[in-house]
Amino acid sequence: MSDFPGAPDGSPSAPGKLRVLAAMSGGVDSAVAAARAAEAGHEVTGVHLALSSNPQSFRTGARGCCTLEDSRDARRAADVIGIPFYVWDLAERFREDVIDDFVAEYAAGRTPNPCLRCNEKIKFAALLDKAVALGFDAVVTGHYAQIVTGADGVRELHRAVDPAKDQSYVLGVLDADQLAHAMFPLGDTPKELVRAEAGRRGLAVAKKPDSHDICFIADGDTQGFLEQRLGTAPGEIVDVDGTRLGEHSGAYGFTIGQRKGLRIGHPAADGKPRYVLDISPVDNRVTVGPVEALDVAALTGIKPRWCGTTPFAPGAYTVQLRAHGEPVAATAALSEDGAELRVALAEPQRGIAPGQAAVLYDGTRVVGSATIATTERAVLSG
Amino acid sequence: MPYLDHAATTPMLPEAVSAMTAHLGSTGNASSLHAAGRRARRVVEESRETIAQALGARPSEVVLTGGGTESDNLAVKGLYWARRDADPARVRILCSPVEHHAVLDAVEWLERHEGARVDWLPVDALGRVHPEVLREAVERNPADVAVITVMWANNEVGTIQPIVELGAIAREFDIPMHADAVQAFGQVPLDFAASGLDALTVTGHKIGGPYGVGALLLARSATPVPLLHGGGQERDVRSGTLDVPAAAGFAAAAAIAAERQPQHARELALLRDELVLAVQKAVPDAVLNGDPGDPGNADGSGSQAGGRLSASAHFSFPGCEGDALLMLLDARGIECSTGSACSAGVPQPSHVLLAMGVEPALARASLRFSLGSTSTRADVTALAEAIGPVVERARMAGAAARRP
Repeated sequence: MSDFPGAPDGSPSAPGKLRVLAAMSGGVDSAVAAARAAEAGHEVTGVHLALSSNPQSFRTGARGCCTLEDSRDARRAADVIGIPFYVWDLAERFREDVIDDFVAEYAAGRTPNPCLRCNEKIKFAALLDKAVALGFDAVVTGHYAQIVTGADGVRELHRAVDPAKDQSYVLGVLDADQLAHAMFPLGDTPKELVRAEAGRRGLAVAKKPDSHDICFIADGDTQGFLEQRLGTAPGEIVDVDGTRLGEHSGAYGFTIGQRKGLRIGHPAADGKPRYVLDISPVDNRVTVGPVEALDVAALTGIKPRWCGTTPFAPGAYTVQLRAHGEPVAATAALSEDGAELRVALAEPQRGIAPGQAAVLYDGTRVVGSATIATTERAVLSG
Repeated sequence: MPYLDHAATTPMLPEAVSAMTAHLGSTGNASSLHAAGRRARRVVEESRETIAQALGARPSEVVLTGGGTESDNLAVKGLYWARRDADPARVRILCSPVEHHAVLDAVEWLERHEGARVDWLPVDALGRVHPEVLREAVERNPADVAVITVMWANNEVGTIQPIVELGAIAREFDIPMHADAVQAFGQVPLDFAASGLDALTVTGHKIGGPYGVGALLLARSATPVPLLHGGGQERDVRSGTLDVPAAAGFAAAAAIAAERQPQHARELALLRDELVLAVQKAVPDAVLNGDPGDPGNADGSGSQAGGRLSASAHFSFPGCEGDALLMLLDARGIECSTGSACSAGVPQPSHVLLAMGVEPALARASLRFSLGSTSTRADVTALAEAIGPVVERARMAGAAARRP
């Protein structure tokens, strides 16, 4: 993939006319992003990704995506912007790379982030590769993040100016090459202004609710979805001493730090609430304990990916450990073979689940990310 | 702008536009008894006569509908219900697997909801149902067949079915037979009386007429159970206030379609053969799907035993994806089709090609080019120049998509 000239971050002043593919979900953000790219003088083509083989007709509230209604909304936005529009079927890739991965991760006792996986494998891989092969220079999306081109021409990924909407965490998996062909025109704008702009531009999606939850679980019932895929697998709920406290119908239904829905009959000896501390798929066992035992002092991440072209240097960073989580101070270093990222947290953090991403920041700049593999508890959980 | 998608819809003929617009400003329900009603009814009946004449039918055999999909549904469901109601043992439907979705999905609906059993008549690699295949399927138990439905010519690959031979078998066993002739009309001679069919579907917008109007030709003995109940218009088979301007526009187009058919077919076949040669020259490994026909003797009339529609050429381009090809051609101003059904605009591998035994990957790599009354040599030249580079690009994208 060759780089392209100019600073195509979607700002109206961007020099050079690029051929860009706008991924249009049918939501307000991607519609405004496409409109901005077109207004900036780029040659924009809109594409709606069909990610479900059996799309439903309508959205249910803020849930779900790639319904026929979303496809229509995207098409109407493209009409208003005045760009060609197509629907591309990536349902098979999505099923393999995102949905099956999601299920497998839960089955292995981890807590995946499917949005991040979708960016890594679908939007900035399957879609981007196809786009580049078809002659496009970049893919533009409605993600809230900023691409800043430094004096040396190196493109950096930064947080969006709207901290409540910042999505740099789910883009932390992008490598320098993917970043070189990405365009995020909304990173410099608060969400409310984007909605207002959509209204001004005559985009009917201006008032459409934001998407939340997991798009391929339309009813929001993740546990039900997993049960359907994985079946029931009754096992034990035990405390840190191994005492049997109750039963569960499948360890995959739990998340580290979960308090509700444990259905343990009798209270703890100290009367304090209990939380999920550990999920062990091998013996199908869920361990619960007091909240202090959730504190994590350090973690290791596998499959590190680096956003920039500058080599990673060990040192002090901030790290974000889940979507919409607070950044926390940490020191990070790589294992000798470079395969493992080791992060020591300045203050212990609660509820860190293997499978989630640890995204490293240097100020607002995304340095890279790794998938959390193991955590080291501040208080040994027995 | 080379428009190579006449099988999707056709530009409206000037004669059809003026026939239709002549009546848009007139008041009158064709079922009303006063003078305005009679004036409207007269337009409808004259239109019916014109349509009947164009198709070798009697005026009373023309049931005006809202288009091809409605006609197909009325024929398939209505004839099935009527026949099953008369004899509960008759629940078997014999259907080709290359039908348009309007037939295919109606048949599958009957299977799911109305106790039908469907025998899919196998097609050969050209997409053709052989008469002996139909005979064998009927003879398995002639007493339990409710209806037979096989399209006159395929909308994707253009293969013409031996409808007369198939119809003869249906008649021999006294089984009602329907044919979807939406694509055939205007391209091959259609004679409803001679065909011996019980029902035949045609539609306006594929022959230079208006959208939203079609007809089901129904033999006088055929009494399908209606889909739409109401005022009892159209032999009590299709209720609903008659669309006078649409009937007039459809009739004008139908008359021209029948009158110009031999010349139209001859001219388009020549142009189509040029297109095929040009594509094969630019992309030597392009696979032409459907009956290759006989380019030396392409009068388009297609002996009743074979042939292909003179207007269409359908190719698979190995290593490409149809949607990428379509987009790249569209960007160059050339409009064609992947030839397959869309719900959310999502291209699925064509059921027609799959039924013909084409591998799914190759089926996804397909494009249909279809010519019509406005097609010119310049359209073919534009395609000939574009297709090579477009296929080359789409192959790179196809390779990228397959990369893990």
